[in-house]
Amino acid sequence: MAFLNALPGAVAEGLIWGLMAIGVYISYKILDIADLSVDGSICTGMCVCAVLIAGGMPAWLSMIIAFLAGALAGTLTGLLHAALKIPAILAGILTQLILYSVNLTILGGRSLIQISARDYSLILNMSNNPLAIVAACVIIAAAIIILWLFFYTEVGLTLKSTGDNPDMSRAQGVNVNRNKVIGLAISNGIVALAGSLLAQYKGSANINEGRGAIVIGLAAIYIGLSVSMKIKPNFVVSLIGVIGGGIVYYIIYNFVILLGLKTDYLKMLSAIIVAAFLAVPYLKGELFKKKNSVPMIVRSTEEKDNGGDSNA
Amino acid sequence: MLKITNLQKTFNPGTVNAKVALSGLDLTLNDGDFVTVIGGNGAGKSTMLNAIAGVWRPDYGTIEVDGIDVTNMPEHKRAKFLGRVFQDPMKGTSPDMEIAENLSIAARRGTKRRLVWGIKKAEREQYKELLATLELGLETRLSSKVGLLSGGQRQAVTLLMATLRKPKILLLDEHTAALDPKTAAKVLEITNKLVTENHLTTLMITHNMHDAIAYGNRLIMMHEGRVIVDVAGEAKKKLTIDQLLELFETASGSQFANDKVMLSK
Repeated sequence: MAFLNALPGAVAEGLIWGLMAIGVYISYKILDIADLSVDGSICTGMCVCAVLIAGGMPAWLSMIIAFLAGALAGTLTGLLHAALKIPAILAGILTQLILYSVNLTILGGRSLIQISARDYSLILNMSNNPLAIVAACVIIAAAIIILWLFFYTEVGLTLKSTGDNPDMSRAQGVNVNRNKVIGLAISNGIVALAGSLLAQYKGSANINEGRGAIVIGLAAIYIGLSVSMKIKPNFVVSLIGVIGGGIVYYIIYNFVILLGLKTDYLKMLSAIIVAAFLAVPYLKGELFKKKNSVPMIVRSTEEKDNGGDSNA
Repeated sequence: MLKITNLQKTFNPGTVNAKVALSGLDLTLNDGDFVTVIGGNGAGKSTMLNAIAGVWRPDYGTIEVDGIDVTNMPEHKRAKFLGRVFQDPMKGTSPDMEIAENLSIAARRGTKRRLVWGIKKAEREQYKELLATLELGLETRLSSKVGLLSGGQRQAVTLLMATLRKPKILLLDEHTAALDPKTAAKVLEITNKLVTENHLTTLMITHNMHDAIAYGNRLIMMHEGRVIVDVAGEAKKKLTIDQLLELFETASGSQFANDKVMLSK
């Protein structure tokens, strides 16, 4: 019963993290870059949105500005990587660190800002989960439609090819470096947008929020794609799968809490889920190898001897 | 069409691994030249093609394409002038994208890419017709991911991509070397058809002396980063493999040391 009561909340929060995972999908799956700056940019999204709403700005406008702030953070990672040739992982970590200071500055030195649903008009909040689910669904649907249209434009197709085969892309006149910057800007923009939803949902922005976000994003991607790839491996189905992955992740998360797991262990649990999904394809392959260890063609002893000689 | 003047390139300069790859290369291609390039391992054949394509900048010298100095132009910008097919069949196409999507990216090489629909309806029909000319049955698989194709099919699609928008120079870097003999012959046949039909200025590196003589109107042989033999027209048509080896020995003063070439004789 307690689980059923927690379900709407889990779905609402799962939807928000699903949107965040779509941002990670763009960098990790499309551009083939493991971008760690998202841990910072989701917090930037939360901080920008909360501060602006607290300052009296309408929620929708605060969300747009949060998106732009995230896009700026992504641009920074992109430039560090593409223009200054810093390895992508390190570029992400550097941006993440820079964003920690930036986020503190945005919050004005405080570590927490409250935007209670009683005092401010928010797009979604945990005080009304069904409404929050509807609002999140509308925003996610809009995001998926825009991304779907974008990735089938002339520019969008070259963004896909940039991650898929940079050699081919350059040979076809694609500016691979510029595309990486554009892709990372969009990715982090979406992550920050998810952050702005999260701040409104929780009614607060906290400087320590977002740590390990990349791992949650990856977990949602792996859970989602494990199903959606079996249905139809196309772009829109994949994105919907990623959203589903976010929801499943949060349902598991809530379930585990109800089972009595200490919240201290939750980050470890996220990491274990991702590690498991990353390891499964490899372990499957190993298992397959063992099954096939019986030779397909049994050679006669004479041939075996000859083979041994020529190898020696 | 192409003018290379005193091109020099040393890899890992100042280290024990320093390797002079191009040592004052001069080469001029006329409009419509179909040049086959042969030479031993490390002769600088691929280095020359990469220099033209702009993979890195040369240490010295200039490269002009159709009168435009491209020596310092970044790779993606000079792609406008060039069609490229790599030795590795995996390198020329985007595996996770559809055949039509790959072709549409190639069809816009050198143009400003905009926020408009990436493939128009009429294009799909055009691609279908072009794919049909390959005679590989790809015309019905426009929406298939390229990663599902065989190496030979991928090389054929790459050739189509390289020539879809007529390049000023077509660069073929041993593009049949990774294929089985039968597929290699088929891809070479498609190459020859595309080059002659479109009157393309072409540089084709090959390890196969027979192919080097059979195709094109001109043959160059490279050694230690320079062109040492350059035969064209009637003289090239009458060449035999033995004469070619003799030419090499007199020009370079050494034996043609390349097992792969000797074997494919």
